[in-house]
Amino acid sequence: MSSLPTVSRLAAQAPAAARLKPRFDVARLLSFAGLLLAAAFLLLPVLVIVPLSFGDQRYLAFPDGAWSLRHYLELLSGGWLSSILQSLGLAIVVGVISTALALLFATGIWLEPRHRIALTTVVLLPMIVPQVVSAMSIYYLGAKVQQLDTLLGVGFGHLMMALPYSLIAMLVAYSRLDTSLYKASRSMGAGLWMTLRQVLMPNVRVGMAGSFFMAFIMSWEEVVVTLFTSGLNVITVPKRIWDGLRYNLDPAVAAVSTLMIFITLVVLLVRLYRHDRNADTPGR
Amino acid sequence: MRLGSQGTLRIYALLILPLPVIILVGYLLPTVGVLGWSLSLPQPGVQHYATIIDNATIHTVIWRTLRICLLTTLISVTIAYLIAYRWRFASGRGRQLIELFVLLPFWLSMLIRAFAWLVLLRNDGLVNQSLLTLGIVDEPLALVRNELGALIGMVHFMVPYAVLPLLSSMRQIDDGLLRAASSLGARRWAMLRDVFFPLTVPGVAAASATVFVFSLGCFVTPALLGGGKAAMLAESIYIQMFQLSNWGLGAALSIVLMLMVAVCALVFGKLVGFARLTGRTA
Repeated sequence: MSSLPTVSRLAAQAPAAARLKPRFDVARLLSFAGLLLAAAFLLLPVLVIVPLSFGDQRYLAFPDGAWSLRHYLELLSGGWLSSILQSLGLAIVVGVISTALALLFATGIWLEPRHRIALTTVVLLPMIVPQVVSAMSIYYLGAKVQQLDTLLGVGFGHLMMALPYSLIAMLVAYSRLDTSLYKASRSMGAGLWMTLRQVLMPNVRVGMAGSFFMAFIMSWEEVVVTLFTSGLNVITVPKRIWDGLRYNLDPAVAAVSTLMIFITLVVLLVRLYRHDRNADTPGR
Repeated sequence: MRLGSQGTLRIYALLILPLPVIILVGYLLPTVGVLGWSLSLPQPGVQHYATIIDNATIHTVIWRTLRICLLTTLISVTIAYLIAYRWRFASGRGRQLIELFVLLPFWLSMLIRAFAWLVLLRNDGLVNQSLLTLGIVDEPLALVRNELGALIGMVHFMVPYAVLPLLSSMRQIDDGLLRAASSLGARRWAMLRDVFFPLTVPGVAAASATVFVFSLGCFVTPALLGGGKAAMLAESIYIQMFQLSNWGLGAALSIVLMLMVAVCALVFGKLVGFARLTGRTA
């Protein structure tokens, strides 16, 4: 090794990215300062909510010496609690139905891919079309079948918005599966349903979990369709937040937001951590 | 794989068809219905489309929509480029940190983010209070519930969407190319300008197209942060429907918005390539 010229030996040892970095230059400094600014821009607004949620005043204010949980307690009473239960119920039902439909479709298209592109495009449309336009369509449907401001009507709207995301998760899962699995199962005498339940489903259960998760989140956070199709009976959490923001700032929104930020952060960190440990398992 | 025609039929009937049929009945047919409303409420005719072509108020809304979307695209792609650039040359830990601060707001509901900006930017909000305390301004600046507020909120919403296509285009740039440029004597700036940047142009185009098309249909963020003073197309549909009860015009505006998005998506798709545009969902 000692016969190698010094420079190339150093170069061979340094990691690829580091080799491209000169020790000091203006571009690097400037772009680093810019990065910090960008990080502040992206994160600060999110972080100011957290202390606000512990304020001890009736209105929205930073805790002045005394921290309090009064805005969190508000979430457990009356309107907020019923909204949380409504939203959770909707999200779970939408998640299950959306996953089931996406599973069937993805299985079918994996076995019989002839019209794959056309059919998939149709199903993905609600994701591509602007949400307000989708909301108009679902409002039209609700008005025609008299299901405006009912759980069924709002839930159906959520389902339409969730299906594309569910489907993408399932398609990804199936893209890693070989159809010989199906042929083997069928040739050993298993029927279509048995193959689906005992052979295919165990192989795509990560995809099913992802599919459910996406649909759950889409329903839990759905605002636009809900605003169009709900009124006095159905008030989901996002609808209540919207009402709490439109004219004044309801401090309970800070509490519910802090909880959601916390949950998001935990999910992200867990995913990063797991991604770290098995780097070959891609995740969203 | 060859399946018997009997098997194919069963697969279509039991597995494939339920989902597209539900979308067809529950989504596509109602969209046709909306088109019907736009041509029939309150009386049959194309009067609403004539209004959209003639009416100065609606022109203001459309121009404002295009202006805000264009500015949002410019600013958020610039910020995203910087983030992606630092990510490209960061170590493993650095990359994870960058991913975390891009993804955290990405996964947060737009309502929560709008709430945060209202708290920061309102007249007695943190930003104005700091500026007043520091003596930089004498009276609070109008930062929110106007067009500026809408723009700030939209940029915040769009940066993560712009980062994703840029990351994937920068990830594909071979370290060897950059090393070659350096070893041939290119200074850092020359290397960036002549080698790195040209290779990221498709990514920039994809990011811009994604952000612009997405911005066109934005509703929640501009509605909350614009405070009714910066109504974009999407919000004006809501206003027509639920404040003015003019369903026909609301439906017509909705059709126009859908056409605008479709035309932009097709044009950008031709220019940039559809794979890149749809790549944002991966």
